[in-house]
Amino acid sequence: MDRRESIKSLFIGAAAGGLALASCQPEISAEAQEAMATGATNYGRTPEEDAQIAALHAQQFFTPHELESLAILTALILPENEDFPSAASVGVPDFIEFMAKDYPAFQTPIRGGLMWLDHISNRRFGLEFKKLEPAQQHEILEEIAYPDLAVSEGARPLEVRFFSLMRNLTLTGYYTTETGIKDLGYQGNMPNVWDGVPQEVLDQHGMAYEEAWLAKCIDQKTRGNIASWDEQGNLLT
Amino acid sequence: MQIKESSKIYDAVIVGSGAGGGMATKILSEAGLNIAVVEAGPHFDPANPDQQTQMKWPWESPRRGANTQRTFGDFDALYGGWDIPGEPYTRKDGTKFDWFRARMLGGRTNHWGRISLRFSERDFKHKDVDGLGDNWPIGYEDVKPYYDKVDKLIGLFGSKENLPNEPDGFFLPPPKPRLHELFYIKGARKSNIPVIPSRMSMLTKKINPERGVCFYCGQCNRSCSAYADFSAGSCLIFPAQKNGGQIDLYNNAMVREVLTNSEGKATGISYIDKADRKEYTLRAKVVVLAASACSSARILLNSKSPQHPNGLGNSGNTVGKYLHDSTGSGRSAFVPDLVNRKMYNEDGVGGMHVYTPWWLDNKKLDFPRGYHIEVWGGMGMPNYGFGFNANEYNKFFGLKVGGYGNSLRSDVKKYYGSVVGFGGRGESIAMEDNYCEIDPSVVDQFGIPVLRFHYNWSDFERKQAKHMHETFDELIHNMGGEALSAAPGADREYGLEAPGRIIHEVGTTRMGNDPKTSVVNQFQQLHDANNVFIVDAGPFVSQADKNPTWTILALSWRTCDYIVEQLKMQNI
Repeated sequence: MDRRESIKSLFIGAAAGGLALASCQPEISAEAQEAMATGATNYGRTPEEDAQIAALHAQQFFTPHELESLAILTALILPENEDFPSAASVGVPDFIEFMAKDYPAFQTPIRGGLMWLDHISNRRFGLEFKKLEPAQQHEILEEIAYPDLAVSEGARPLEVRFFSLMRNLTLTGYYTTETGIKDLGYQGNMPNVWDGVPQEVLDQHGMAYEEAWLAKCIDQKTRGNIASWDEQGNLLT
Repeated sequence: MQIKESSKIYDAVIVGSGAGGGMATKILSEAGLNIAVVEAGPHFDPANPDQQTQMKWPWESPRRGANTQRTFGDFDALYGGWDIPGEPYTRKDGTKFDWFRARMLGGRTNHWGRISLRFSERDFKHKDVDGLGDNWPIGYEDVKPYYDKVDKLIGLFGSKENLPNEPDGFFLPPPKPRLHELFYIKGARKSNIPVIPSRMSMLTKKINPERGVCFYCGQCNRSCSAYADFSAGSCLIFPAQKNGGQIDLYNNAMVREVLTNSEGKATGISYIDKADRKEYTLRAKVVVLAASACSSARILLNSKSPQHPNGLGNSGNTVGKYLHDSTGSGRSAFVPDLVNRKMYNEDGVGGMHVYTPWWLDNKKLDFPRGYHIEVWGGMGMPNYGFGFNANEYNKFFGLKVGGYGNSLRSDVKKYYGSVVGFGGRGESIAMEDNYCEIDPSVVDQFGIPVLRFHYNWSDFERKQAKHMHETFDELIHNMGGEALSAAPGADREYGLEAPGRIIHEVGTTRMGNDPKTSVVNQFQQLHDANNVFIVDAGPFVSQADKNPTWTILALSWRTCDYIVEQLKMQNI
């Protein structure tokens, strides 16, 4: 049975539940992009939840200057490489804008942190951070991008805490996009039939299944058979 | 305000639609009874595309699944949470209890862990072993036929192990372990800690033509649109409706109290319709409470009448007392042998494929009851929080932590799937002094007095949590791992979660033969009103180190058989 066949067979039972997972695959990106653009959601929100999300979308927290600074900063944190674009070009600044409204505790540290960046840039180079040469931007980031692990997180200098927060939001924002998931190589969120760790992976990690354990596990060829048992609970099908 | 009365008299009104209420709906309706199901939240069907979160991608949520709107994140199926606007609860004497409530058809079964364990004979009679708490008035042989029926009706996977404290059932075969679970098994074996396949209610095989088979998306907390996991709506209530049951479903209906007549018998319930905020009554021959242990206790305590001046079922002053939750504490570890993994789909079933049942003899330990260990890990779908502190584990290799630029991409991949975590879930001792009661000073938005909690852990639980962490340290060492935090000390109660946090709260209307020290009899029938039954976890005398759902289901079925029989005999 090839993969397409096995996936098809998965849905024989699922049809009764109104499941149409096939439509969840490649087309989703267009829908998702539209949803992100319009603010409409299609992921099981209650009407109250949708209204709350719409209300957040209707507000604007960051100024145009702050958003431009966020675009520069997130692209410095995760620039493009040969295969994938930068964090800034997959909408990470917009995600940070949303999170600042959704979780207001982010507002002051981010706004103040961006202001601190401009302050240090002006003081040192006479220009706002977004207008600096990349080498100048790197010079500043080098000083704030490496936390001292001996100091507890809350006791680190504000600029170090700010940058750690920006790095966290940038990476989480990037790896939760379609592009980021492709970059990461995550293979799941797809209907499949789990039948154990691939042999080459077991070999790579020096692991093996025990025969006695495997003997207890589902024989996936029988997954479609309706279960029945003898009186002692031994499966017959 | 005029209370709107319905002239219809139901055979039974069921309050709540989770595990206990769902089972009661199925059994009573299929016995031909005319029933009303009253649920405080909206209708929910995981197959309804408007409500479905299964198979969605993180970018479909503007917050990428963060938990700012729903307690366990945007994609979790549950409506409700620790705090519900307009429905407060309070705490007493500086003690702590966190109360998790669902507000939806199917209740918490829509997102639960599906860990489906039977209580053993020892679990029902643990006082005989250590003199603590109380025995149940029933034993394993009373419940076994119902566990068997629940297994066959709902389905769960597991394996026959012949362990005396982990009774076997009618299992579907379990899925194979994932890579991190193989590391766990190997590590546990070095310390003679047993590991067996999990016992969870997802269908690895078909059990009937109506329900689908698991397709291994690992998203059971989103509730399965193919009905391949157990949720009370999809596996009990919808089938009961399709079987032609006479079922009137009242959604968004907040029950206030049980109504009684001059003889002290129940005549029905009153509820507030959330849509129009008016009070209504429903009349019934039998009232079945399944609102959750604490909500059912609240309804009883608020059901005061001349015949029941202390609240219904509370002549012995026992309603609300003996509240107890599972103990819980967890740790996680970075496992260097799990870096630089090859990518493949290992979503599996939602949750663990293997676990450790309690394995030691408490007579040789300084705490009385056991715990089981749950395991997590793997290359899960990225969601809000993924990539935080991306290269922190560099510290274990003497490499710089932090930075920026494209090296972060390889750091993220290097450490993806390299963390394994453990959760200990143990049995606490039910104590009279851990309780919920009515707070006479506080009202909710429906005009109903609210609950006030009083709860302290004892050294029994603290010493058990300390032992959990000693075990976790040993496991981490055996796996060649690096603990991500130090074992919590006495100042943090050895990492014990606050009471309520494990969401296994039980015991508030406990079962017994003596009306002075218990609320219901062995058939979960109120001592004080023989046409009122409780089929949630309130009647639990003790909760074992087992998740309560499978026992709620079995006992609800047993009670419903008794109700049908008693109605036939015209005893109630």
